[in-house]
Amino acid sequence: MAKLTIDDLKKIKAKVHKEMSLRDGDRRVKITVHMGTCGIASGAKEVMDTLLQEIETAGVSDVVVTTSGCMGLCSREPLVTVEVLNQEPIKYEYMNPNKMRQVFKKHVLEGEIQTPFVLAKGSEIIK
Amino acid sequence: MLELAAHILDIAENSVRAGASLVEITVMEDEEKNLFSIEISDDGSGMTEEEIKKAFDPFYTTKKVRRVGLGIPLLSDAAQRAGGNLSLDSIKGKGTDLKVTFQLNHIDRQPLGDIISTLIILIAGNCDVDFLFKYSKNNRIFKMDTRDIRKEIDDIPMNHPEILKYIRGVLEEGINEIKSVDFI
Repeated sequence: MAKLTIDDLKKIKAKVHKEMSLRDGDRRVKITVHMGTCGIASGAKEVMDTLLQEIETAGVSDVVVTTSGCMGLCSREPLVTVEVLNQEPIKYEYMNPNKMRQVFKKHVLEGEIQTPFVLAKGSEIIK
Repeated sequence: MLELAAHILDIAENSVRAGASLVEITVMEDEEKNLFSIEISDDGSGMTEEEIKKAFDPFYTTKKVRRVGLGIPLLSDAAQRAGGNLSLDSIKGKGTDLKVTFQLNHIDRQPLGDIISTLIILIAGNCDVDFLFKYSKNNRIFKMDTRDIRKEIDDIPMNHPEILKYIRGVLEEGINEIKSVDFI
């Protein structure tokens, strides 16, 4: 395989720019994977890996992924928060790659909240 | 934590939470000296002498949501189990430098694990922070700097799937080339 170079990056840039001009690059969904020590130790890395793969496979550009720290519920990690625009955030508990795939396909893409995995609705308040 | 890549992710997340704009991650393997080392340095908020000492205490944390802070104690323990140690240097307001060593061939040294996914997760999750990754084995060095990529892509966010795919490709090529002789 030929080595990846800065030229390849330029090609990607042109391609992405073209795609961006075709549709509004608005963020529809924000997914947060909690990456504290507790999250990482219980498998958040694999969950995030799966999520990034799913996004790449689905080819969606209106989903943004971010990481955050521990929110104090270490025993329920890995935690993932899905925030669909203009809707209350949903927190999923005890996530794993399979659950992540299901949540991504059903909730993120189709808007159907996966109740069996839900921990809570709303944002955490840290004092 | 079963692999060192998970520890690296954990420590680098600390750097990001400390407000760093550049995080340098160096992984070094030296067969001649039988040494495996990881260095993570950042330009975040740094720590005082007192805080450095406390960082090794599993019951010390700066967070308010829970009463334990295990990141550094776990890594320090992993190093000691494998004939190495962890050292922490920091200047308040300037940044922190963490270095951890292991005996390369020690039976209890955790494997490096999936370092590529660690880096991709860091970049994807913190698209405003730059990462400089260096991986060296014996005398060969591979380097990846997100600042070089950022310069080229203008307004495209660092966490765009196409960019992440490119970075993954660069990392796979570079790391495999260096590791091609044998595996860790």
